[in-house]
Amino acid sequence: MKMLEMKNIRKSFGDNEVLKNISFDVEKGEVLAIIGPSGSGKSTLLRSITQLETIDSGEIIICGDTLVSSTGYDGKAQYVSKKERAAISRHLGLVFQNFNLFPHFSVMRNITEAQRKVLGRSKEASEEIARKLLKKMGLENKENAYPCELSGGQQQRVSIARALALSPEILLFDEPTSALDPELTGEILKVIRELAEEKMTMIVVTHEMLFAEGVADKVIFMDKGYIIENGTPEEVFKNSENERTKAFLSNYNR
Amino acid sequence: MTAESQIEVLPPWCIKMTLQNILTQLGGGMLKTIILFFSTLIIALPLGLLVSFGRMSKLSIGKHFKPIKLITQIYISVMRGTPLMLQIMVVYFGPYYLFGIKISSAYQIYAAIIAFSINYAAYFAEIYRGGIESIPQGQYEAAKILGFSKSQTFFRIVFPQVMKRILPSITNEVITLVKDTSLAFVIAYAEMFTMAKRIAAKETSMIPFVAAGIFYYVFNLLVAIVMNRIEKKMAYYK
Repeated sequence: MKMLEMKNIRKSFGDNEVLKNISFDVEKGEVLAIIGPSGSGKSTLLRSITQLETIDSGEIIICGDTLVSSTGYDGKAQYVSKKERAAISRHLGLVFQNFNLFPHFSVMRNITEAQRKVLGRSKEASEEIARKLLKKMGLENKENAYPCELSGGQQQRVSIARALALSPEILLFDEPTSALDPELTGEILKVIRELAEEKMTMIVVTHEMLFAEGVADKVIFMDKGYIIENGTPEEVFKNSENERTKAFLSNYNR
Repeated sequence: MTAESQIEVLPPWCIKMTLQNILTQLGGGMLKTIILFFSTLIIALPLGLLVSFGRMSKLSIGKHFKPIKLITQIYISVMRGTPLMLQIMVVYFGPYYLFGIKISSAYQIYAAIIAFSINYAAYFAEIYRGGIESIPQGQYEAAKILGFSKSQTFFRIVFPQVMKRILPSITNEVITLVKDTSLAFVIAYAEMFTMAKRIAAKETSMIPFVAAGIFYYVFNLLVAIVMNRIEKKMAYYK
């Protein structure tokens, strides 16, 4: 079952086209790693899926629901209604590079606030869910702490719990370890690996090549707005014939 | 005759009487100062937020003409660019000179409150704007992804953080307001300073001014203590 379908996505900032005819699919339970140099368009791609950016043309279908299509005579992107867009975004969870936790809320409230105000869950039910997730993240004793009292790795785990609390069908990560030192990076990658074992559908934009190779089912290599490679880790990391891919990967001398 | 020479020539019981007398008379002025102070805050704090929304409005007609932003910009510019004393006089005498409406002394308090509120709202608006614009974009993005509505995002996520950030600037303005209330003397609103001036002239004494000075100082000390408490209460996160 296809969880995400991206068809002929184009996006420009002024004269600078950052996504050039991007197409790919994500199957249920699949982990997709998107790699590539800075400025290759990976983050913009992720932000287009989560509606933090709008695309210029193309089609995005999330969990069978069309978010945007370009069937008009002018080929321009046509988004569905505001209400439908909000409903579609409920399929998705996003983990940011800089965590973006709410600093004035405790860990508990960071995880329960959206459950209560957006999904309308009760205080008790949302706290129960939060506690389960905190336990899973190894943070069971941190529910009353504030984000500023936590390490970067702990903050990122809270933000993963916050996203999971809304039971998304696809979890997206935008360079989740780029703001962390190598020691803390490991704890985040471990969490993502565990989620992969539970068959959570995930899209991870990352610079961690070993992680991409080890955990992802599919790897997309992007450069200058194009998808250069789209295949299994084996195909991309070991057997790529593409000069650009080889040059990029050689920088990560493994 | 100065206050000191008066103290020297009068017997102690007489000073006490005078002091008590002066303080009783000043008491009425104090109350009016306090009324003006709190009324201004109650109106100007929310009004300032509204003005800051206008100042940040992106509503545009055509490509570049943003009417709401322009109007609030002019409003803030005039309020900050002209003396508050003049603004008080315009609000008080304006109805008569513009529309020929007869002004009664009952209008004094309203004129003072209106003038102070619209003046302070302009300053508060710029403080709010600075605070709102300092909140990282990531907070809005996280809130959007989690499904919060725009008003939920503002009132639950953004505004509480703004309040913490702008509190020191607000304290500054509030302390200035305490002292600025004395400007209401230009329309003979019988607040503390007006009374002090009157009594000082009548009794040829410095004591009313000293008493007024002490009153303003103590008032501000209390303001500083209260604001400090609030700041400490909000210091539970960085």
